[in-house]
Amino acid sequence: MRIAAVPLAAALAVLAWAGFAPVSVPSRDELFEIPKGTYARRMAGDKVEILPSRIRLTLGLNDTLLLRNLDDVPQVFGPTILMPGQSFRLPFEKAAEYQFACTAHASGQMTIEVEEEPAMPWSRIHWRVREWWENRTG
Amino acid sequence: MRGFLVAVLSGIAAFANAAAPVAGESLKAGVLSPVMAAPALKLTGSDGKPLTLERFRGKVVLLAFGFSNCGEVCPITLATLAGARKKLGADAAAVQVVYVTVDPERDDAAQMRKFLGTFDPTFIGGVGSRTEIDVAQKSFGISSTRKVNADGSYSIGHSSSIYMIDRAGGLRAVMPYGHPADDFVHDLKILLRT
Repeated sequence: MRIAAVPLAAALAVLAWAGFAPVSVPSRDELFEIPKGTYARRMAGDKVEILPSRIRLTLGLNDTLLLRNLDDVPQVFGPTILMPGQSFRLPFEKAAEYQFACTAHASGQMTIEVEEEPAMPWSRIHWRVREWWENRTG
Repeated sequence: MRGFLVAVLSGIAAFANAAAPVAGESLKAGVLSPVMAAPALKLTGSDGKPLTLERFRGKVVLLAFGFSNCGEVCPITLATLAGARKKLGADAAAVQVVYVTVDPERDDAAQMRKFLGTFDPTFIGGVGSRTEIDVAQKSFGISSTRKVNADGSYSIGHSSSIYMIDRAGGLRAVMPYGHPADDFVHDLKILLRT
């Protein structure tokens, strides 16, 4: 009976930590880069998909999109045109789904999902489990 | 000891400088870095004069693209920009809204003047030939797609971001569609100071 209580207590402790400890990330910037040569590769017929067509951001954590054009030509990237070597830092303050045109995608579209900050215990647990799972599966 | 204190204070000062946010970082809009000159604009204004960005040097320019028959995005954008100018008070004199048509087949100078005037008589529209409009759209990365309705009329889906061009003609920031007037007021106050 006592032996069974130990893992149960440990599981509860982990659950309590996951629900109540503040969630943090190394930077509020979520960086995406268009590598040099992307346009040339696409013109050569290579269906290169450098960026995810759907990007998820979390308010209060990683809520700023940082786009960087390392290619040799201008790219329409999200809501703006980016010259070679230029970057674009776009902060989000409202949870919503944003649709942008984006020539860096073969589809020409990019969706940015901005979710609420995980403030409640359950949402923190959900956020941590999801991050762990996505990092594990790459 | 004195040398040690100087070194510590210098270190603190260096950190404070490094941590101090660049003015652009506090904008509600997306910030472009490094700042580059805004692409050239060579069109005709709804006031009948040549429309170039050089014409508005010394003012902050809010540049957007749309069309007068737009029933959704454009009226909201223009009402928002008009509201922002009202909230700015006297500072509004240093802000110029330029709205370039993506529908040159239907929007001439008179049509744009009438359309924009319902929001704010100081707004200036940009019109031109299809070729001239295409060049302007390409320069700013503006996409537009014509959608033909069942009755033969058409509407146009188009990029809806608002470009913010500083007093010196630098393309500083881009505000995505949907931000309230207060966000523009916030950013314009910063851009008017810098």
